[in-house]
Amino acid sequence: MIKIENLSKKFETNDGEIWPVKNVNLHIKKGEIFGIIGLSGAGKSTLIRCLNRLEEPTKGKIIIDGVDITSLDKNDLRNSRKQIGMIFQHFNLLSQKTVFENIAFPLELEKMDKHIINSKVNRLLNFVELSDKKYAYPSELSGGQKQRVAIARALVNNPKVLLSDEATSALDPKTTDSILKLLNETRDEFGLTIVLITHQMEVVKDICDRVAIMENGEIIETNTALELFRNPKTKTAKTFINSLKSNIVEEEINPKDFGDKVIRLSFLGDSARKPIVSRMIKQFDIEVNILSGNINNLVNTSIGHLILGLSGDDEEIEKAIDYLNKQNVNVEVI
Amino acid sequence: MAELIIPSLLETLYMVFFSTIFSLVLGFPLGVLLVITEKGGIWEKPAFYKILDGIINILRSFPFLILMILLFPLSRIIVGKTIGTTATIVPLSIAAAPFVARVIESSLKEVDKGVIELSLSMGATIPQIIFKVLIPEAMPSLILGITLTIINIIGYSAMAGAIGGGGLGDLAIRFGLYGFKTDIMIVSVIIIILLVQGIQFLGNKLAVMINKK
Repeated sequence: MIKIENLSKKFETNDGEIWPVKNVNLHIKKGEIFGIIGLSGAGKSTLIRCLNRLEEPTKGKIIIDGVDITSLDKNDLRNSRKQIGMIFQHFNLLSQKTVFENIAFPLELEKMDKHIINSKVNRLLNFVELSDKKYAYPSELSGGQKQRVAIARALVNNPKVLLSDEATSALDPKTTDSILKLLNETRDEFGLTIVLITHQMEVVKDICDRVAIMENGEIIETNTALELFRNPKTKTAKTFINSLKSNIVEEEINPKDFGDKVIRLSFLGDSARKPIVSRMIKQFDIEVNILSGNINNLVNTSIGHLILGLSGDDEEIEKAIDYLNKQNVNVEVI
Repeated sequence: MAELIIPSLLETLYMVFFSTIFSLVLGFPLGVLLVITEKGGIWEKPAFYKILDGIINILRSFPFLILMILLFPLSRIIVGKTIGTTATIVPLSIAAAPFVARVIESSLKEVDKGVIELSLSMGATIPQIIFKVLIPEAMPSLILGITLTIINIIGYSAMAGAIGGGGLGDLAIRFGLYGFKTDIMIVSVIIIILLVQGIQFLGNKLAVMINKK
């Protein structure tokens, strides 16, 4: 659905040129919720703005639904943008227009018939559960309600792609959950492909199918959300996973304080049900100290993490780790 | 006294009303042009912006009276004479236009950049952004700016009166100052003050009333 090839973006500043996006390659599938996570300044905002050319890419290609976005002239670009909805961190609602008028805005740009506008807007008001706020102004709405209006407005043109620029970053955790749920429903109901950028690992955990991790303008890791949680490859990925409140900070564990070896187990739904640790203790002559454990619920499954301190004979410990590896559990020695 | 004051008041209102309209007609598009052509604007034209910006600064630097006198030939071409209330509207409008351009520019600049970005992301054209986003979003601030313009033109019109434009300013100077009729001068000034207060009051009210922010 979306192909990004060798995309780079250069900014000229007084201190010379900077490259907020460097040689990015991504392939996003139809119907997917694809997350790009990174710290602020990683270039993710510039990257997502290149997708509808709010920022002009310096190099590279972007192909959306077979159309080479990067080669379009102004007119064709304008038409293509109607196929790409976008929502923003600060909602960007028109402050002098009602909820209804805000959602109708894209259709009014098309000079669409009043009756059609009415029925389309009412349908979306229903979908985002704001029919009772139809004639309210944005200043009368809460943050979550504002983002719902923005989502409805982004959907009213029946786009194929929805870009979400930190859409939940200005919202509290509970509201974030409801907006993410709405985005998920949006994908199912409208068959959208959603590209979102965020710095919140909760967002990735809750709705993303696949994730790219961005750092210093580059994509340093791309994976399914599941694999990312099970087996993060880069340090940044691990930092993000640890940022989830339920996780303990691994850096704070000093292996020497807890037996001879500290290991981190990650297991998926199925393997979590078997008494693997208890069998390991019975089979091998080692002592086990449980340091921390948690479970993260992802879109379709859950991932458990367990941090154990093992003490005993080196050889026995090696055998125990071997055993764990055979049980479809991911083992990492810390 | 009323037979002196009332015709003068009407002259002032006439001058101010039409000068406001014509200065808006001239200055409003210039203000819009300033906003859209500046760096980062939706129709970025840096060279054009610099020239327009320079011209407006030069026009605003002229002392009003000198500008009026310089523009008398233009009055002759447009209304056929250089003296009188109607003739004064020409230099008044032109002198106020650069001021209007700046007022409109600063109002439009207050519009949240995010809303403009959103409009671009929806595929809006430049005229659509100007008329459906920039102006409606800036409306409360524009109304305050127009209020400021009217008050400024009242001030200008008093000065214009002194060089043959008529109106309350003319009355205050001719009868009050030169004719030693202090009471007429005082009443004229009080009426001008009331006019300014009333317009500011209405402008503020209207701006608050229509603002949904």
